[in-house]
Amino acid sequence: MNNIIKLSYRNLLRNGRRTLLTASLITLGVIFVLIYTALSGSFKGYMVGQITDSMMGHIQIHKKGYVAAVDNLPLDRNLPKMALEFIEPKIKENPLVESYSYRIKFGAMFSNFESTTNIRLNAIYPEAEFKTLPDLKKRITGMEDELKAGGIVIPELLAKGMKVKVGDTIVLVANNKSGSVNGVNLKVAGIVGQMSGPGGRDGYIHMDDAKKVLRMGLEVEVSEIVVRLKDVETLKEGMASLDSILEKKNKEGQSAFEVHSWEQLSPFYNIIKMIDIMNLSIKIILISIVLISILNVMIMSVFERVREIGTIAAMGTPPLTIVKLFLTEGLMLGVLGAILGSALSVGILYVLNIVKITYSFGKETGLVLSPVLHVNEVMGVSLIVIAIALVASISPAIKAARLDPVEALRSH
Amino acid sequence: MLNAQHLCKTYRSGEVDLEVIKDFSLSIEQSEFISLVGPSGSGKSTMLNMLGCLDTPTSGEIIINNTKITGMSKTQMAHFRGENIGFIFQSFNLIPVLSVYENIEYPLIMIQNLPEQEREERILKLLDEVGMLDQKDKTPDQISGGQMQRVAIARALITNPKLIFADEPTANLDTKTAYKIIDLMKKIQMEHQSTFVFATHDEKIVSTVDRIITIVDGELVDDKRISHE
Repeated sequence: MNNIIKLSYRNLLRNGRRTLLTASLITLGVIFVLIYTALSGSFKGYMVGQITDSMMGHIQIHKKGYVAAVDNLPLDRNLPKMALEFIEPKIKENPLVESYSYRIKFGAMFSNFESTTNIRLNAIYPEAEFKTLPDLKKRITGMEDELKAGGIVIPELLAKGMKVKVGDTIVLVANNKSGSVNGVNLKVAGIVGQMSGPGGRDGYIHMDDAKKVLRMGLEVEVSEIVVRLKDVETLKEGMASLDSILEKKNKEGQSAFEVHSWEQLSPFYNIIKMIDIMNLSIKIILISIVLISILNVMIMSVFERVREIGTIAAMGTPPLTIVKLFLTEGLMLGVLGAILGSALSVGILYVLNIVKITYSFGKETGLVLSPVLHVNEVMGVSLIVIAIALVASISPAIKAARLDPVEALRSH
Repeated sequence: MLNAQHLCKTYRSGEVDLEVIKDFSLSIEQSEFISLVGPSGSGKSTMLNMLGCLDTPTSGEIIINNTKITGMSKTQMAHFRGENIGFIFQSFNLIPVLSVYENIEYPLIMIQNLPEQEREERILKLLDEVGMLDQKDKTPDQISGGQMQRVAIARALITNPKLIFADEPTANLDTKTAYKIIDLMKKIQMEHQSTFVFATHDEKIVSTVDRIITIVDGELVDDKRISHE
């Protein structure tokens, strides 16, 4: 095999400029794919992080039919105490789960004593909520320490519209499940930055205040349970591990609860899917570049060396060895392109991380691109290039091996 | 050593069958120095190719060293050539990316897979015999035509074949070099007891061989042995 590699290497050097051009083309393709993957991965990571770490968590559990009616924030589709007693142990005992948080979602009237508007609220146990959504605090400005009972965190837009600032007292008026109206005075404890997507414009109050305004008494009913996994990469396994929750049936014989991943609930998942599709498209373009360039070079190589192939065949080189010779040439081109492309990509990304390129997304500005290239991605792209180089060389190699030595020796 | 019986070779040209070799039978013994002669298009090269296991006859049978060649697969024929037959070509056909040494080494590695030490001993001995030892590291484009043919002869002999086929081996050489190459082949034939079969027009070769087989229109018209004593 060493001799086949040596001969293939020398054959590649025979047309050094052509080899260099082909390898450069493959290298450029690899760089393009890896840089794009790293940049889009950085953006995707930011998006997923924002959605899961400051808004939605990884998994949400609701009573059957809640998600379909979520726009109305229905209090009659909350999870009662019995349901929580059924679900909670299954979450607590799950080794994939990091933490979980109860929420009551409801709509209320928000008054600054001069004017009144609507507000969507999440009633939370702050400690559990901030543990489950570790980046939520970063979105809140003006809040000292934790959200305590008697405080409210209001959305940025509402604060501007109602000219309310941290420390101001407001009145919250809400209807409870049975329709009776109640109100509480609360102090603005912080202002939460707006985010696109479900829950992105919600305010937050302490669970104890929600119990008061909604007159819930001691038995808490919650709208949803937000679950954070130890690793977002285990989302599928996490979802599967919570399947047992769905075994509980309601009166209609259907599952009494719904378990959704953030991907199912967030419209941003479609953007992430688009990024993945773009990634795949770029890889297909790379595959085409490698396939066409290596096929082209190898076909030329066979045509240029017909008599030489006839000579080695006449000397007794078995057809399989001739196939190996040409496959090795194509393979070496692929390996060269993959190594150069990967090395240069790592270098370019290193520079990009030093330079720190910023970008804006929606209302958020000054976001820093932090492209990261995973070893798996480099290995994956390199393997694709090498495999395609091999595939592209098969047809020319077989053509070379099938040449009739007599005809080949006659050619010039 | 070689026995060919009733060989026929027909090529299809459009709707017409061209019979280029017609009922040709031949027997070759070990250590013979033979020339196949005849006018252009008489079938010399076709005959050489069939006897050298590069081409297959349309009908007839070839037996070399008690092995029936006809009916072998392409791969079997390749293996048989690698073990038993050497070729010398008109245009030398050295591999341009390999040095003189590596060109001779090629059959030992790619075909016979011999260990390095044995390869080196054989190559250096043969390079010395063909007078190319001091040129062993040069590539084909750095040596003359005569030197290339010497390397080609060494490459043909390196596997110790008993049969060597040469198609117009002196056609691309000047007269002086051609004589030197013929002398070299004769010397090697004597030393190695190998059999050389030439397809040639070259009178210089014809005058040195000890058997001349004449082909005209694909038929054997004369087979005479010549004594040089």
